[in-house]
Amino acid sequence: MNIKSQKDFFAGLMFMGVGVAFAWGATTYSVGTGARMGPGYFPLLLGVLLALLGVAITFNALVVERVGGDKIGKWAYTPLFYIIAANLVFGVCLGGLPSLKIPAIGMICGIYVLTFVASLAEKGMKVKPTFILATVLAVISYVAFVKILKLQFAVWPAFITG
Amino acid sequence: MELLANLSLGFGVAFTPINLLYAFIGCVLGTLIGVLPGIGPVATIAMLLPATYALPPVSALIMLAGIYYGAQYGGSTTAILVNLPGESSSVVTCIDGYQMARKGRAGPALAAAGVGSFFAGCVGTLILAAFAPPLTELAFKFGPAEYFALMVLGLIGAVVLASGSLLKAIAMIVLGLLMGLVGTDVNSGVARFSFDIPELTDGIGFVVVAMGVFGYGEIISNLAQPEDEREVFTAKVTGLFPTKEDFKNMAPAMLRGTALGSLLGILPGGGALLAAFAAYALEKKIKLKPGEVPFGQGNIRGVAGPESANNAGAQTSFIPLLTLGIPPNAVMALMVGAMTIHNIQPGPQVMTSNPELFWGLIASMWIGNAMLIILNLPLIGMWIKLLTVPYRYLFPSIVLFCAIGVYSTNNNTFDVWTVGIFGVIGYLFVKLGTEPAPLLLGFILGPMMEENLRRALLLSRGDWSVFVTRPLSAGLLAAGALLLAIVLLPSIKNKREEAFVEE
Repeated sequence: MNIKSQKDFFAGLMFMGVGVAFAWGATTYSVGTGARMGPGYFPLLLGVLLALLGVAITFNALVVERVGGDKIGKWAYTPLFYIIAANLVFGVCLGGLPSLKIPAIGMICGIYVLTFVASLAEKGMKVKPTFILATVLAVISYVAFVKILKLQFAVWPAFITG
Repeated sequence: MELLANLSLGFGVAFTPINLLYAFIGCVLGTLIGVLPGIGPVATIAMLLPATYALPPVSALIMLAGIYYGAQYGGSTTAILVNLPGESSSVVTCIDGYQMARKGRAGPALAAAGVGSFFAGCVGTLILAAFAPPLTELAFKFGPAEYFALMVLGLIGAVVLASGSLLKAIAMIVLGLLMGLVGTDVNSGVARFSFDIPELTDGIGFVVVAMGVFGYGEIISNLAQPEDEREVFTAKVTGLFPTKEDFKNMAPAMLRGTALGSLLGILPGGGALLAAFAAYALEKKIKLKPGEVPFGQGNIRGVAGPESANNAGAQTSFIPLLTLGIPPNAVMALMVGAMTIHNIQPGPQVMTSNPELFWGLIASMWIGNAMLIILNLPLIGMWIKLLTVPYRYLFPSIVLFCAIGVYSTNNNTFDVWTVGIFGVIGYLFVKLGTEPAPLLLGFILGPMMEENLRRALLLSRGDWSVFVTRPLSAGLLAAGALLLAIVLLPSIKNKREEAFVEE
């Protein structure tokens, strides 16, 4: 059997999987009856519905002809990795990782780290423009978030502020 | 006149310096992100939600609303000058607007978009002010069964009118509903799907989902596309004023666009995007006058109609939110989030319990529209310059503002980790061709739907027929079924798919 739409086929599988997982999870809570719904009732209902929709989408993907086969295409691993990594690294800079004994180094340093990591997502990153961008962003963020909006951040590394 | 008294209350609130300032900030930001392709109002509002903690609720809502309708103005600039929709709702503006620009008539095209938007925005605001009170009264008659039925109708409307594949969109809604249920069940106190992670017992953060899926997901997929040459008209836009002939063609198109847009904005699932599509289709149906430029080659009606419609739709889509507490699209779902941050339960009671918020917001929209036309027409040169900023500088900034926004919601790194996960999920959605907007709607409505279903069935002692025996609820469900039936009709199905292919 040929897959007529790759996108739909895998989307359907995803919905099926997630639906079954939620429905199965819901049965571990008390389901109850319509008049006295337990915490598991509504999720069970929706989980089953989602799984059924997933079946229908997968079935459609096998039957209905599409132009070009709706290929998923290449995964952009590089941007995916660097964008997500930039975000995570920024989190580490702000909050530190107590479990690994990594101390927080504050927002300003975090911004430089984030800008450089994120910029790697696109080919041909140049150090100087990125550095300037990071500086501009650091100034804007400091003025907007710390001075004007007064959000609570660790701005500088703890070993400087003491 | 009660309406006048209400409006004067509203203007009293909106004309305070602080609220004027925030309306202005909202409009500037809205125009900015509207002009820039690759970042939309959903991601921006999600980013700024945490920043509004410190503001009074009225100012916060005024600013966020300004971003939404400001984006409709800014989006048209990019559409006309670069042939790239700055916003999804200006997709159709590209068709004729860009052709006008190529013929050296960028000025009149921009003016048509600006004037049309302003006119439509004013009318939309008036409609909002006039229709909100009676609808609110109707809303007080709603029991849990009606609310449940209304949400079903709203969700069906959202997918029928505003997205590509119907089945996948419905599945996304259900997925969103399920994700909304994560966390402690209010009735039994059971922590559902929390995997014993303490942070998850409060549920998945709304900002986290919105930013991961809309912010990061979109950046990644934008970066995945090879950089194509953008043709930018950086040359001076001369002769902003449309000719007399243009005005004659523009004015009726503006009126039609405004009427259609206002109507479609009120409908669940409506809003700016659908309104623009419908208005363009309508303009195309109306016969060309002798000597008029055909559509697709730079007809000014093809700019004025959709641009009026998307702005009218953006205004009137506040009606379901403010009167019923039900968000008709993803941006309004974020507004619900904003209101809950400030401890305001969206719904019919807002008008009576927070009249200054309700009318202040409405009045601010009119002021905002006036600011926008000034921002967008005389200052057009500034925005055009922005278009020359390469994406290379843009996307790290977006990543940063997302990260700061997420962290500051709870001052908690756990949210930063989860937003990373949702970024990956968001990219997965893009790759699988599933649209994230319905997911966000479902996510907001999940707990509300469960609660109303539970109450309705409790009152009826578990009898599901309550949804069809109560006339209001039956009517709403019938409307939903009708909507579904209509789109599944073969002739409409094909048309609908055609319309979305253009995206």
